[in-house]
Amino acid sequence: MTGREHFRRVLWISIALAVPATLLVVLLLAPNMPPGDHTVQAGHQMDDTTILLGLSTPIAIIVLTWFIYSIIVFRERDHSSVLEGPADRGAANYQIAWIATTATIVLFLAVFGSVSMLQDGSGGGQGPSPIAKPDPPAGQAPLQIQVIAQQWQFTYRFPSYRGVETQHLELPANRLIEFHVTSLDVIHSWWAQQLGVKADANPGFDNVAYVQTKSPFKFDIRCVELCGVWHGYMFDTGTVVSDSDFTSWIAQEEQTYAPILKSLPPYSTTYFPDPQRRGG
Amino acid sequence: MTSVTKRLAGVITTAAVVVILIALYIGLYLTNASASVSATQGSGGAQLTLATVAAAALNDSHPTWVSYYAVSPDLKTWKHATTYDLPAHTLVHVTIYQFDSQTGLRNEFLGQATGVTGGKFLLNGKSTSAIDPTTASHVFAIQAFNLSVPLYGIPSSAKNPCSNAPCSMSNDHETIQFSFTTPGPGLYRWQCYVPCAAGFIEGFGGPMQTVGYMDGFIKVV
Repeated sequence: MTGREHFRRVLWISIALAVPATLLVVLLLAPNMPPGDHTVQAGHQMDDTTILLGLSTPIAIIVLTWFIYSIIVFRERDHSSVLEGPADRGAANYQIAWIATTATIVLFLAVFGSVSMLQDGSGGGQGPSPIAKPDPPAGQAPLQIQVIAQQWQFTYRFPSYRGVETQHLELPANRLIEFHVTSLDVIHSWWAQQLGVKADANPGFDNVAYVQTKSPFKFDIRCVELCGVWHGYMFDTGTVVSDSDFTSWIAQEEQTYAPILKSLPPYSTTYFPDPQRRGG
Repeated sequence: MTSVTKRLAGVITTAAVVVILIALYIGLYLTNASASVSATQGSGGAQLTLATVAAAALNDSHPTWVSYYAVSPDLKTWKHATTYDLPAHTLVHVTIYQFDSQTGLRNEFLGQATGVTGGKFLLNGKSTSAIDPTTASHVFAIQAFNLSVPLYGIPSSAKNPCSNAPCSMSNDHETIQFSFTTPGPGLYRWQCYVPCAAGFIEGFGGPMQTVGYMDGFIKVV
């Protein structure tokens, strides 16, 4: 069998496998992968995942088919006859086609990823001066919430509600949320997977991330930066609730934490809190 | 047996030994719970009595480290344990004798008690909901219960501070009392939130990162 015939055979096998596999991945696997479609940013991440998986599946199938085909068909069964093969003189057409194809795919993914990220920040931390600011719904300002990481708990501060700080997080539905993520001690990372938000929490640094909520649901919160002996326990759950439920909740929190409110420092995007008497 | 087969067998045997050793190490680490102390049962619920000291006992492996101790109500008996057994669905009354000085909270928010029965705790017999965050010496917090109680520190003007455990009633101390109700059975963790580890960067090393000093477990049974 000539090389061209082998090539054709592999190509047809690849196509026969890649078409159903890609359909299965795009239609069945990708829609059921995390983070889900609970927020606008999470939905965009789902779209990105679907497109990336849809593109990478046929490529993986082609590469694997070639690999397995070569192992089976080109295997030398008579070891005594193994000799140094003829010099590989290259095949310029194949090489050019390979480089052009892979370069196109990689460049497309780079541009696609950049455009997608610039669209609304993709729920990632953008540092103190974000450039990808999503537009809030008409007539609404973003709700600013500060995420304060410390060993080993996240607390939340609401500057537009007298700067009250809370142990847990509730968010209003259908609202653009502007998270300001910081830390009081070591490096943490705030990850609310189903919200589609992940932002590093660094001491003395204001890391801004956006998310546009949709309907009410419950989400998980975890620290995803190894931050000490109890890092594995640094998790919580949060809830997206209706606007009226959020108003009731935050009013209750203001009342509950009124005794400590006067002792909190003025709201700031970062803190270098005392005391450090013990540690120096 | 060919040399290839011998080599393969050697690699597989070595890999198996390494995997078994790693599994043993992880298994021993996970099951190596420190000694626990049970709360005493009474008609009004369970009673847990603890003490916090600036430095552990002189015969401790870290005699300069700040630590919690389980103690008897009269402070005659001291046990270096930070795993506490509590009965499920029970009102637990906690008394903490606090012998350490004021360090202050890194997050002032934790100066308010949460999760305690009635929303307040007793500080030297006085009902209190929050303390000045700069006067905190330690915190006793069980996150899973939403429980967090700041422990007021003895002032710098204290005349008879306790240097190392065990301490006595004659040493300067603050008495903090609070109650909470345990949930169903399970293994929970507790910790201190004050950066109280003297001599470590920002007070968060040593006893703050070593189970058995400023943190531990709550075994609800």
